[in-house]
Amino acid sequence: MSWLLVLPIAIPFATAVFAYLARASAAGRWISLGGSVASLLASSALMVGVLREGVIAAQMSSWDAPFGITLVSDYLSAVMVVITAITGLATAIYAFGEISERLEKLGYHALFQTLIAGVTGAFLTGDLFNLYVWFEVMLIASFGLLVLGGSRAQLDAGIRYVALNLVSTIVFLAGIGLLYGVTGTLNMADLSEAVAQAENQNLITVIAILFMIGFGVKAAVFPLFFWLPASYHTPSFAVSAVFAGLLTKVGVYALMRMFTLVFVGDVAFTHEILIWVSALTMVTGVLGAAAQTDFRKILSFHIISQIGYMVLGLALYTPLALMGGVFYLVHHIIVKANLFLVSGVAKKLTGSTDLNRIGGLYKSSPFLAALFIIPAFSLAGFPPLSGFWAKYLIVKAALEIDAWFIAFVALVVGLLTIFSMTKIWGMAFWKPHPDGIDPEPARISPAVYWPMMIPIIGLAIMTVVIGLMPEPFVQFAEIAAMQLLEPDAYVTTVLGVRP
Amino acid sequence: MNSIIFTAAARLLVALLLVFSVFMLLRGHNLPGGGFIGGLLGAVGFIVYSLACGPKEAKAALRCSPEALAMVGLGIALAAGLVSVFFGDPFFTGQWYWVGGDSYETAAFSVNSVLVFDIGVYLVVLGGILSLTFAFEEET
Repeated sequence: MSWLLVLPIAIPFATAVFAYLARASAAGRWISLGGSVASLLASSALMVGVLREGVIAAQMSSWDAPFGITLVSDYLSAVMVVITAITGLATAIYAFGEISERLEKLGYHALFQTLIAGVTGAFLTGDLFNLYVWFEVMLIASFGLLVLGGSRAQLDAGIRYVALNLVSTIVFLAGIGLLYGVTGTLNMADLSEAVAQAENQNLITVIAILFMIGFGVKAAVFPLFFWLPASYHTPSFAVSAVFAGLLTKVGVYALMRMFTLVFVGDVAFTHEILIWVSALTMVTGVLGAAAQTDFRKILSFHIISQIGYMVLGLALYTPLALMGGVFYLVHHIIVKANLFLVSGVAKKLTGSTDLNRIGGLYKSSPFLAALFIIPAFSLAGFPPLSGFWAKYLIVKAALEIDAWFIAFVALVVGLLTIFSMTKIWGMAFWKPHPDGIDPEPARISPAVYWPMMIPIIGLAIMTVVIGLMPEPFVQFAEIAAMQLLEPDAYVTTVLGVRP
Repeated sequence: MNSIIFTAAARLLVALLLVFSVFMLLRGHNLPGGGFIGGLLGAVGFIVYSLACGPKEAKAALRCSPEALAMVGLGIALAAGLVSVFFGDPFFTGQWYWVGGDSYETAAFSVNSVLVFDIGVYLVVLGGILSLTFAFEEET
C-alpha cells in the first residue's frame, strides 16, 4: 500500500537524475517523457487505490505517526496528483517542440522533473514541516526554470519571484514554529485534534492568519499576488504553463487542507476574511487583465481572478461550495495550462506575444483558433464546457446561503473574463497581422509544430469531456468535499484507531 | 583578494575543513552531525579555496561539475531509500546488517542503508551550494 504513495514522488526524482546525466544528448527529453508517462501510471494506480479505500496513508521509515513523516492521500490529494502528472506529461511532450538544445544542456528536464516531484510531494504529505520542505523543493526548481537561459527580463522576474516567495515561506515557517509551540505536534491529522483542544484559542486564530498569509502569497490572492504577473510572462512557454497550472494551486490546496482539517475553531472569523479576500482577488485579477495587451500577461492576471473562485469555494464552507472549489481546481489546471500552451504556438507562428504586433491567426491557422476557443470559453464559463459547471456550483452555493453580493461579484467577473478573452480573440486571431505576415502552420517545421499541438489537443478534449459528462466528476468532487468537511476518516487512517 | 597570508593559511584550512566534513558525515547517525552539516562544511572548504586561489582553481580541485555531484547524490539518496523495498519494509526504512553481533552495543561495525542515504545528502548539499556560489562568482 505504501508504494502507491511513494512512487508518484520517487519516479520524477529518479527521472530528474537520469535526465540530468543524459542532458548532453537527445536522450534527455525521451527520459523526461518516459518518466512522465510512468508518473501518470503511478498516480492512476494511486487514484484506483483511493477510490477503493477512501483514504490511504503510509508511514515513511516505519516511524509511526505522529512522529514520523506521513504520506496520506484522500480524494482531493489523489485527484491533484493525477492532474499534476497529466500536466507534467503534456508539457514534457510540448518541450520536444519548444525547448532549445541550449536549455536542455543546462539541465532543463532535470529541473522540470524536480518541480513535478515537489508539487506531488506537497499534495501527498501529511506533515506540516514536510510540506514546508516540498515548498522549498518547488521554489528552488522553479527559480532554476525561471532564470534558465539567463536573459535580463528573466533574471529580473526571477529575483522578484524568489524574494516574495521567500517572505511567504518565512511567514509559513514562523506559523509552523508557533503551532508546534502550542500543540507539540506537526502531523496534520494529529493537529486536527490537538488544535481543537488547545487552551489559547486566540493564539490559534493568530497562527491561522499567519498560515493564511503564507499560503496566500503562494496562491496569489489579493493583496499578495503582485509577484505573479511580474514573473510568469518571462520563461519558456512550457515552463509558464506548468507554473500557471500547478504552482498557485499548491497554495490553494494547502489553504483548503489547513482550513478544513486544522483551523476550523473560529470559522466565522477566518472564513469571513477569506470571503472578502476571494471577492477582491476575483475583481482585481480581472481588472488587471483588462489593462494588459500581452497574451501571457492577460492570462497571468486571469490566474489571479480564477484563484478567487477557488478560495470562495473554501470560504463559503458548505458542502456544495467545497465541492465546487474542488471541481474548479481540477478544471482550472487543465484549462489554464492549455491557454499558456496555445500562447506558445501563437508566438512561434506570429513572432510575438504582444497583441498589438500580432494577428491573422484565425485565417491562417483555423485549427489553432478552434483549440483556443475551447479553453478560453471554458475559462469564461460558457456552457457546455467544464468552466460552466465549476462556476455554476460556486454561484449556486453562494445563493444557497443567501450570499447575494458575492454571487453577484462572481457573475460579473465571469462577464469581464469574456471581455478579456474576446480581446485576445479579436487582436491575435481576427485582425490581420500588422506586418503583413501570414502566420500559417507551414511556417514552422512539423517536428516543432506537432509536439506543441498534441498536448493542446489532448487538454482541449479533456475540457470538452468534463463539460459534456460532468456527472462522474461532480460525484467525485462531492465525496472529496465530504471528506474535507468530516475529516474523521482522514485522521483515523493516519493515526490508526485508538481506544 | 591577493593576500599571501590568506592564500597560505587557506591551504591548511581547506584540508582541515574537508577532513572535518567527512568526520561530521560519518559520526552523524548517533551523534550531532550527518550528511547535511557535513556537506555544508565541505562546501565552505571549497569556497575558502576559491576565495584564495580563484574559482577556476576551485573547480579544478572539485574535478567534476557541482551540478553533476548534486544529481548523483540525489540518485544515491533515492536508491538508499529504495533498498527497503527488497526487505518488505516501507520506503526509507533503515536496513542494518550487523557484523560480529546483533545490535549497536555488541556489533563490531555495521553495514547500513542509513549511511548511504547520508552520503547522498552530503553530495546533494555540497553540489547544490557549490553550483550556486560558483555561478555567483562568475557574475562578479
